[in-house]
Amino acid sequence: MTARRPAGTPEPATTREPATTPESAPPESALPESAPPVPAPGLEVVDATVRYGSLLALDDVSLRVDFGRVCGLIGVNGSGKSTLFKTIMGLVAADAGSVRIAGESIARARTRATVSYVPQHEDVDWGFPVSVRDVVMMGRYPHQGFTRRPRAADRAAVADAIERVGLSDLAGRQIGRLSGGQKRRVFVARGIAQGARVLLLDEPFAGVDTTSQSLITDLLRELAADGAAVLVSTHDLTTLPDLADEAALLLRRLVAQGPPADVLRPDVLSQAFGLSIQDGTP
Amino acid sequence: MIPALLTTTMTPLATLTAPLTTTSPAAVTTVLSTVTTWLTEPLTYDFMLRAMAITAVAAFVCALLSCWLILIGWSLMGDAVSHAVLPGVVLAYIVDLPFAVGAVAFGLIAVLLIGIVRDTSRIKEDAVIGIVFTALFALGIVLVSVTPSHVDLGHIVFGNLLGVSPSVLVQVALLAGIVSTVLLLKRRDLMLMAFDPVHAHAIGLSPRVLSGLLLVMLALTSVAALQAVGVVLVVAMLIIPGATAHLLTDRFSRMLVIAATVAVVSSLAGAYLSYWWDTSAGGMVVLAQAAVFALVYLFAPREGVVTGRIRARRRAAAPA
Repeated sequence: MTARRPAGTPEPATTREPATTPESAPPESALPESAPPVPAPGLEVVDATVRYGSLLALDDVSLRVDFGRVCGLIGVNGSGKSTLFKTIMGLVAADAGSVRIAGESIARARTRATVSYVPQHEDVDWGFPVSVRDVVMMGRYPHQGFTRRPRAADRAAVADAIERVGLSDLAGRQIGRLSGGQKRRVFVARGIAQGARVLLLDEPFAGVDTTSQSLITDLLRELAADGAAVLVSTHDLTTLPDLADEAALLLRRLVAQGPPADVLRPDVLSQAFGLSIQDGTP
Repeated sequence: MIPALLTTTMTPLATLTAPLTTTSPAAVTTVLSTVTTWLTEPLTYDFMLRAMAITAVAAFVCALLSCWLILIGWSLMGDAVSHAVLPGVVLAYIVDLPFAVGAVAFGLIAVLLIGIVRDTSRIKEDAVIGIVFTALFALGIVLVSVTPSHVDLGHIVFGNLLGVSPSVLVQVALLAGIVSTVLLLKRRDLMLMAFDPVHAHAIGLSPRVLSGLLLVMLALTSVAALQAVGVVLVVAMLIIPGATAHLLTDRFSRMLVIAATVAVVSSLAGAYLSYWWDTSAGGMVVLAQAAVFALVYLFAPREGVVTGRIRARRRAAAPA
């Protein structure tokens, strides 16, 4: 893995095999029912460039996250992490380049509800009159009818998702009355209830204590083991190897992508952080 | 008939009034007949009946809307749209179109203008809203002044609760019915749009379309309420009930119920008081809603300022 890759060159082969490697897929027409289609990556950003006026926010960024893998997105504030998330979700139109989600366009992925996004803490109105259950139920909207009236199957899926993130005791609680870590798990549960195959998390560890952080880390690893593609932005470099199969280092352009051990080298990091990272926190 | 009614309802009321009056049955009967007169006499007048009905209807639909407006942070937008529909209403009157058409058109023009000026200048949003809606409202006033009609400016600003004609009542009830139905059917999508537009976008909904829907409902409500209760009242009714309910519950569905109930009950109370005290009907309706808000702000079980103080003091006094 070269640290400084000319933009636009193909991804170097990743060193760790994806957790769910399908056997050599047969041609699509051969087995119409049982054969999985050619395995598209969960998330593929190709040569994405985004400008806000004269400001270059993303410069020719290519990023690929396969199903079954967790990718940690690192970079200083203003390096374009949030812009990348917005581009992936189609909230910001790329000036150049393309985004494929599970091999499909953003529009298709939206109608299929493939993607779930866990917002940054400050982007949520925590005083909003909704309970944990209400928020997780919002993940079921794509599976519901015109008025989004919950059916038994929706309630069951919501209860399962809440149990999976360990919040069953707090299901009726207003979301503002939760701890920082619990708050993030509510939104992860929403993605589970949604059945999202691609999970995007913007700074889920900001303001979260270490116990909660390891809980969330375990949860994301489990979801990846179940086949989800997970992209997490984080500032916590020390725990990155526990969390992610690979790391992507962003500074408007993609400085490096590869196994965390390769990206977290001082000589690589200094290109994006521009200062000593001896203690692991930029 | 009335004595029979009294005996059936006497038991709970008697216990209620026991500390105030003596428990003598005669005194209780006097109090009850006073209350009955107080409640029924205004309703013997048709104009009061219509005023009550239109107040309740307007309060109900405005209260529903207010839940979304205050959660999104659109209270000023409610203010703006309810004022900005005026030129639309006058123009619709001139070219003989339904008022609702002109109102929606100008409501949306106001929102568009606000968006454009905010995004293309350094002026902050609250100032932009102030400029746009006052300008459009002023345009409406000028149009009224040159339009030969019976429209009374005072009525537009402060309402004409006591002068509601049966046809206006029907029209307002119709608009309110449409708006309430749409809001209640789409309440979950609109709640999602208010809470997390990014998620709404991610699952294929359009936050833009949903907020557009809410703005159209706002414009329709404004024109409905404007004809009866006046623009100042509309603004109050579009903010106070939702804010009151927000202090009383942690669930959005309950917030809708509480807002609507509080708004209707307090508005009717305000209308009664205006009858007996011979004061401005519209003004009393708003004052009643504001009084309920003040009570809730101070004494709500969980969020009340005074309640919180008391709780903190008890906690401090309790042994650790």
